[in-house]
Amino acid sequence: MTQEAQQETRSTCPYCGTGCGVVISHSAGRITGVRGDPDHPANFGKLCTKGANLHRTVQLDGRLVQPLWRAQRAAPLQALGWDEALDKAARRFAETIRAHGPDSVAFYISGQLLTEDYYVFNKLARTLVGTNNIDSNSRLCMSSAVAGYKATLGMDSVPCCYEDIDLADLLFISGANTAFAHPILFRRIEAAREARPELKIVVVDPRRTDTAAMADLHLQIAPGTDLYLFAAMLQVLAAEGLVDAAYIADHTEGYAVLLEQLGSVTPEVAAGVCQVPAADIVQAARWFGQAAAPLSFWCQGLNQSGHGTANSAALIHLHLATGKIGRPGMGPFSLTGQPNAMGGREVGAMANLLSAHRDLKNPADRAEMADFWGIPALPTQPGLMAVQLFEAVRRGAIKALWIACTNPAHSLPDQQRVREALAACPFVVVQDAFADTDTCAHADLLLPAATWGEKDGTVTNSERRITRVRAAVAAPGEARADWRIARDFALALGRQLDRPGAARLFDFPSPAAVFAEHARSTRGRDLDIAGLDYARLEQGAVQWPYAAGQANGKARLYSDGVFPTASGRARFAPIELRLNGEAPDAAYPLRLNTGRLRDQWHGMSRTGRSGRLYAHEAEARLQMHPDDMAQRGLADGDLVRLSSRRGDTVLPVAASNELAPGSVYLAMHWGSANLSHPGANLHTLQELDPVSGQPALKHAAVQITPVSLPWQLAIVRACPGLDEAAAGERLLAWRRQLAPLLADQPYASLTLGGRESPVLILRLARAQALAQADIERLAELLELPAERCRVLCDPARRIEKRARFEDVGTVRRLAGILFAGETAALPWLLEHMTGGDAIGGLDPWVFLPSATPPAGGEGRGRIVCNCLNVSENEIHAGIAAGQRSLEQLKATLKCGTSCGSCVPEVRRMLAASEVAA
Amino acid sequence: MAKERLVLIGNGMAGVRTLEELLKLAPERYEITVFGAEPHGNYNRVLLSPVLAGEMEVADIVLNPPAWYAEHGIVLHAGCEVTRIDRQARTVHTDCGKVAVYDRLLIATGSSPFRPPVPGNDLPGVIGYRDIADTEAMIAATQRNRHAVVIGGGVLGLEAANGLARRGMQVSVVHLGQWIMERQLDRQAAEMLQATLEAKGMRFLLGRQTAAIRPGADGRVAAVAFAGGEEIPADLVVLAAGVRPNIALAEAAGLECQRAIVVDDTLTTSDPSVSAVGECVSHRGTVYGLVAALFEQAQVCAAHLAGASGAAYRGSVTSTKLKVTGIDVFSAGDFSAGPDDETIVLVDRPANQYKKLIVRDGRLRGAVLYGDAAEGGWYFGLVRSAAEIGPLRDHLLFGQAHAESQLAAGGQG
Repeated sequence: MTQEAQQETRSTCPYCGTGCGVVISHSAGRITGVRGDPDHPANFGKLCTKGANLHRTVQLDGRLVQPLWRAQRAAPLQALGWDEALDKAARRFAETIRAHGPDSVAFYISGQLLTEDYYVFNKLARTLVGTNNIDSNSRLCMSSAVAGYKATLGMDSVPCCYEDIDLADLLFISGANTAFAHPILFRRIEAAREARPELKIVVVDPRRTDTAAMADLHLQIAPGTDLYLFAAMLQVLAAEGLVDAAYIADHTEGYAVLLEQLGSVTPEVAAGVCQVPAADIVQAARWFGQAAAPLSFWCQGLNQSGHGTANSAALIHLHLATGKIGRPGMGPFSLTGQPNAMGGREVGAMANLLSAHRDLKNPADRAEMADFWGIPALPTQPGLMAVQLFEAVRRGAIKALWIACTNPAHSLPDQQRVREALAACPFVVVQDAFADTDTCAHADLLLPAATWGEKDGTVTNSERRITRVRAAVAAPGEARADWRIARDFALALGRQLDRPGAARLFDFPSPAAVFAEHARSTRGRDLDIAGLDYARLEQGAVQWPYAAGQANGKARLYSDGVFPTASGRARFAPIELRLNGEAPDAAYPLRLNTGRLRDQWHGMSRTGRSGRLYAHEAEARLQMHPDDMAQRGLADGDLVRLSSRRGDTVLPVAASNELAPGSVYLAMHWGSANLSHPGANLHTLQELDPVSGQPALKHAAVQITPVSLPWQLAIVRACPGLDEAAAGERLLAWRRQLAPLLADQPYASLTLGGRESPVLILRLARAQALAQADIERLAELLELPAERCRVLCDPARRIEKRARFEDVGTVRRLAGILFAGETAALPWLLEHMTGGDAIGGLDPWVFLPSATPPAGGEGRGRIVCNCLNVSENEIHAGIAAGQRSLEQLKATLKCGTSCGSCVPEVRRMLAASEVAA
Repeated sequence: MAKERLVLIGNGMAGVRTLEELLKLAPERYEITVFGAEPHGNYNRVLLSPVLAGEMEVADIVLNPPAWYAEHGIVLHAGCEVTRIDRQARTVHTDCGKVAVYDRLLIATGSSPFRPPVPGNDLPGVIGYRDIADTEAMIAATQRNRHAVVIGGGVLGLEAANGLARRGMQVSVVHLGQWIMERQLDRQAAEMLQATLEAKGMRFLLGRQTAAIRPGADGRVAAVAFAGGEEIPADLVVLAAGVRPNIALAEAAGLECQRAIVVDDTLTTSDPSVSAVGECVSHRGTVYGLVAALFEQAQVCAAHLAGASGAAYRGSVTSTKLKVTGIDVFSAGDFSAGPDDETIVLVDRPANQYKKLIVRDGRLRGAVLYGDAAEGGWYFGLVRSAAEIGPLRDHLLFGQAHAESQLAAGGQG
């Protein structure tokens, strides 16, 4: 084999909004590695578990590599050429627009698109189609933060920067599990606290997360009661003279009215609603008011709410009231969920926004953009925001839908309705890198898109920093860059609609040309980047604004106390005190909270492709307080039915002291791809923030009941002879074949696992045994035929077991197990298989109906440190052996010495052992 | 008082074992005379197969050399065939002119190979596989012949086939049934066994009814023909299609016989002074051919001859092992499951292993093992004792040591 030269390409991580720089290693057109970019100011070379494993998610299986088409949904997909595909799409869109008007079509795009992609889509909808029906999955993520910023500060502009973490003396973190969702920022928080132990941390979260565990004060409020907490804090600040009267007088408006409006919310009142001690509320307010530099972070806990805009505004009010904004180390800092939600907001590619922070409702702004684009006028009718957009699809008002780079059949609330909408829509185009998202099942036309490592453009991170995204390798097959697909569709649609002007409007030879036009459109706006082009960005990532002639970006905004409002003053926005919709009742007495895992991202279409990223959390589990479990007679691991007014999900329950009694928690990543049932968003409501249109994705009233599915099946399949990359491809191919079978089962879980020896894991549970023919079918799919396996049949017990061994060189290894009817040995066999060990002395015991291996002993348990493969039990053993500090554990076990994502958890284990001792 | 006279007809394993047991219990009670048709001392017939396969010599399989008889005061007439029993006179008469008087008579005449009633079944080169003479004839035949046909795919036939193959012959096993060893194995195990034997060079012709054994120009056997016309060359034909109990003497003496000599639970025939053991007897309708059962009969019979009245033979649970080097086959008890039986089956085709356990009413009733028969003895013990296996059931496959440790640990794993 010839050694191809290793090359390196700088780009960004495609996950959260931290916007870390990465250096991609590649060779012969394949991505072979990734490391943090040491020169990137977002991460200085660090990466979290997700980012560090990016190169392990680049398998080809499951990628869309050519346009696919079908005449009816039930029909199989057929390949076709790009010209034909775009022509078909353009014809259908043109016909629909001619027959039903421009608002009968819509574009639903994504915060994972690059700014250039966003720009072309936005221009396509507004200019050529003439609709504002373009919305983004950022609606589910940041739109309440956007609305909160606009309501108070005048523009959707994050005033802070990451360096403020190093300068703050109080971190006030609300509704954000930074340790999991923004791990690299959390590393910076840890480092700041280490450098300055006096740095105080207050965390507001209904769950005692790893982030909360690190806090000096954790306000474990009842879900959805944030407004009462912030209102009471404002009262305390005012009552104790901790407000900055001069700042309020000189730079704000509306303070007195608001204070009066919220006057009844004393700490005692809030304590009753929030279910935290009044003294803690007072303490939090005092610390906030006394801090020289309080820095607030918030994320989905505030945003994904029926009153998310008010949540954001109420938090920002605390900064305005104390004058703690615009200077180093302080301010309200919204943590962005997606890698380029900010870019989407900048180009205005959302239904209620317009380009470059212009206002869709403002005729002057519309006229300005129409002039800029050289068209007579922009559409005036506001576009439909994500949830309403899909409701309009469901009603039949929208008849042609273009979905790009997002998976609404997983991520939108009330999945039953969303899927009904998709099923009813006469024409659905899905443009995606992956062929296996739930949304793909609803497509009439699938267009293959390039993805991470294959794309060229820019993204903006949480601190307004724009970084160049670069392609390291060519996209596979026929896959193309998203901006180019949008451009080519625009050109085709222009022809169909007989608009010769389209060729001029979409004369974009390159992403650089798109960026240049976008930069021009920002001239004179608060986010002015007219001074930026790709040449400048080649020198490094910069923050906006960056006007023409400016030498550097601007780290912080509003230092002069002047805000981009009509009066130049920041506003105390009126707050209507609200709680979560769908209050718990007798039928659905528990509150479902949703959120994220440390090592997974979104619907797992990417992270779900690497077995390593299942090590920290191997399968979908519903977290529940032990008291609530005891009340229902549930034990850890029991299967339960999670029911709401909208449907049922069956999954195992896991005891968790992170939750208060009365609440349950389910990570939002899991869904139909992994389970027999849709996940958390089957249960969430179409309850929307009245301003931002963001759905309340973090709350539903639910009930948990035991289910009796005593017959179980487990399959673990490995590929002993293949290296990790080749094995990954094989496992994904098998997974693709198994996935359609899940929905027929009362309980099913389909996951990956392992490290160098990745495995595929299928688990089923049923009331009755699976028919023999179905077991045979599974065995056949996974190449576990009887003639290649050791087979145990015990029909009286409804048990069948198969084990396939393979010789790799002289080493005999277990390549697959199928256990039907009895699965007690699964945990230790799974550990054995993922360890890639020789079967050795275990050979005769593979079918043992026992939860302990024949030699006795304990398994390794869950992997806590994913980088260095250190397990829970190993850390416990280290602590028991007298290693009482993080530093000692780092020295002996090496846990936490690479990406550091596990450090908060290791600290908690240490703390728990001290309590126990 | 003069000793009673005990005469044993048949110097084989069952009869001599009875004497050994008797000598332990009542060494002085009888004056013993033994008549044996073969000109040898007592030898282990079970080990004729290793002799045929060249793994043992005849000398290795002798159980009781002439000195043993002398030492115990037993008069042995080897190579002397009994021709008549006179129950009135209590005498036995032989072809060598000897007459012996008995007070107690023990018949252990064994069995003879079944000769299919087809033309040519007595041609030169057609051998029934039973004794040292047959074995030596077969060994001699391998020196000058190429094609051996073994009629009968039971234990004896397969062992003969293996021995002949090891001695370089091209061996075909002809079997009437649909799979080999069907009295001991289920189809799955039999097919795995057959595949292994085929890999050793043996050829199998199943479902074949032998129609004729045909001579060649020299008058010796030359071919075997089957119903339907198929014919295969044969320089040597070994008859191993079952045995027939040797009951001519007993029948002639008027003892009750039904296929074999009928005995009660004390191994006594219809004449209270005549006992019988071994392959020539029918106990509760069953004729046993396996040595373990014969030894159990010998023990009970000896007790009665010694004057003990309590001992009773209630039949045997038998197990089979195939004595082919490198192949482990074991079966015990009932291996064909009925509708109320639970079967636990392990098939490992890549490793060429098979285990089947039959459980009924919480007891192990039968076992078939192929490829790894190490636990056969343990299963056989469980089958024979018919003890309730309780929580051991799901651990049976993993062997005695593991199952007992499970039991010690509380059984549930």
